Amino acid sequence: MALVGTARVSRIRSLNIRELASPRKHPMALVGLILLACYILIALVGPAFVGDPLRTSPAEALTGPSAEHLLGTDRFGRDVLARAVVAARMDLFVGVVIAVAAAAVGSLVGVVAGYAGGVVDEVIMRVTDVILAFPGFVLALIIVAVLGEGVPNVVIAVAVAYSPYFVRLTRSRALAEREREYVDAAALSGNPRWRIALRHVMPNSLGPAYTQATLVAGWAILDVAGLAFLGVGIQPPTAEWGVMVAEGANDVLTGAWWTALVPGALIVLLALAFQMVGDDVQGSRR
Amino acid sequence: MNRFLLRRTATTLVTLFGIVTVVFFLVRVLPGDAAVLRAGPYADAQRLAEVRAQYGLDRPLLEQYGSYLAGVVHGDLGTSTVSSGSVTYELMGRMPASLEIGLYAVLLACLIGIPVGVLAASREGGWADRVVRVLAAAGSAMALFWLGLLLIYFLFYRLGWFPGPVGRLPTGVDPPPTVTGLYTVDALIQGRVDVAWQAARALMLPVLTLVIVLVAPILKMVRGSMIEVLGTDYVRTAKAMGLPRREVLFRDGLRNAMLPVITAIGIVFGYMLGGNIIVETLFSWPGVGRYANQAIKNHDLDALQGFVIFVGVLYVLLNVVIDICYGVLDPRIRLGRRSN
Repeated sequence: MALVGTARVSRIRSLNIRELASPRKHPMALVGLILLACYILIALVGPAFVGDPLRTSPAEALTGPSAEHLLGTDRFGRDVLARAVVAARMDLFVGVVIAVAAAAVGSLVGVVAGYAGGVVDEVIMRVTDVILAFPGFVLALIIVAVLGEGVPNVVIAVAVAYSPYFVRLTRSRALAEREREYVDAAALSGNPRWRIALRHVMPNSLGPAYTQATLVAGWAILDVAGLAFLGVGIQPPTAEWGVMVAEGANDVLTGAWWTALVPGALIVLLALAFQMVGDDVQGSRR
Repeated sequence: MNRFLLRRTATTLVTLFGIVTVVFFLVRVLPGDAAVLRAGPYADAQRLAEVRAQYGLDRPLLEQYGSYLAGVVHGDLGTSTVSSGSVTYELMGRMPASLEIGLYAVLLACLIGIPVGVLAASREGGWADRVVRVLAAAGSAMALFWLGLLLIYFLFYRLGWFPGPVGRLPTGVDPPPTVTGLYTVDALIQGRVDVAWQAARALMLPVLTLVIVLVAPILKMVRGSMIEVLGTDYVRTAKAMGLPRREVLFRDGLRNAMLPVITAIGIVFGYMLGGNIIVETLFSWPGVGRYANQAIKNHDLDALQGFVIFVGVLYVLLNVVIDICYGVLDPRIRLGRRSN
């Protein structure tokens, strides 16, 4: 029973939706979850209710919000609402995929480093140090510049920039976990080392990584949109919020605020939703 | 102390070497032909061969790497494909413009973030603390390009309070002679208060944009670290002895909470080194960030590679300075008993 008990200790620290949704304990997380639910709903069913995000009509270029175009049109006469709604799918998808990829790869490497120790650990940590020696956004920028345009390349670039955080988090947990009794018990029962690392140490080292992944999903969306704003990664005419801000930036200076400020607000609100959930959980652990 | 410094210097050198190596090979993985990129799409075979010889692209990769590495050690970051100028020289020329935004932004972010963070921590759970937490979360989730655009739209286009995004000085105003390269400082040295005011006005919007984002991590770190310190026995003792509240907060509290705060300032600098690409692009600011953006637009990979190495080296050196500050502030680290 004691072994089960030790294994449970770290479980309490992982994300628990039911606990999060209690308004008294985590008011910020609750607001964040509601916001996230709204975004997911829009991404799932929204595109069915709006027109074609790529259909141009030069005669209607840069018209303000009206009954026909609720959020106005951009410089090519495309409907801003249609583009913004369709973009929800792209941005949510990209953010979640990056967070999951960075967390999966980073945590696996981190557990190997922490559990194996010695030369393996030393090499892995030096490589992580070099990746962390660049500001994340700058590293992602040059990787995309080299790999070229396209959604998969941006996902790889940003995930690479964030994975070291997960390596460090899980490594330090794995270092502590491998001294626990249940690891000795597993070894005495004849489990091979790889099995102990993956089946026993890893699940118990992942607690902090879940919260970190929530925060990274929000930051990743900001980074991808920032890269698109600079003209690398996701390219026009794709319906993506960062691309929309880049395309509309000059029109804002002539008063057409709806072209860029609306999609930008959607990015910030989505990133804030992830941030509120992650922050509240992280804060309650201290 | 000496052993600490020695070890730190050794790991720094390894990291710096790693930076140059990673960036060099990253750029060489490029699917395109480096010679075609330089000679242009219409060059014939003979021209391509000339370009290959001129840039040393016909040599083995390891030999190219060796000479690039040797160049970097001597401060040579390569040659821009578009301007044919030295990347080091071009970056250094743009550095003061970036520094002027960066220094003011980080300074202001600390001046706001530290006292407000202490205030929030001293009223943990109260309404002031909740407001600060929400603001810090909002700052961490902010998109620089949107925030900058929003400020430009309202404060310049709508209200006209600040000058538009046209660079460091309005057209027609000559920059002051270079002493530090910071226009606000140089103009004051010359006694030209009017020019200094123009330069300061041009700085306001980009600095405000950065400050709103940079203040968030400082707030979070100060608050978290202060809450921890305020829960310790020595703070309770200080309170019990009847010391004034302010003295407990700032002398016993903040001084002991300073280490994580210094880390936060390091993070903030790193964020700024990436964020200034966006801010300088938005405000047509002629700094290193805009240089990087132009390199991207012109497909000038040599310039971009130089910029990334430059930023990486700056960031690593900054972290060394922070580590040394740690050592100075905390004898336990100096003596090599750093808890990890």
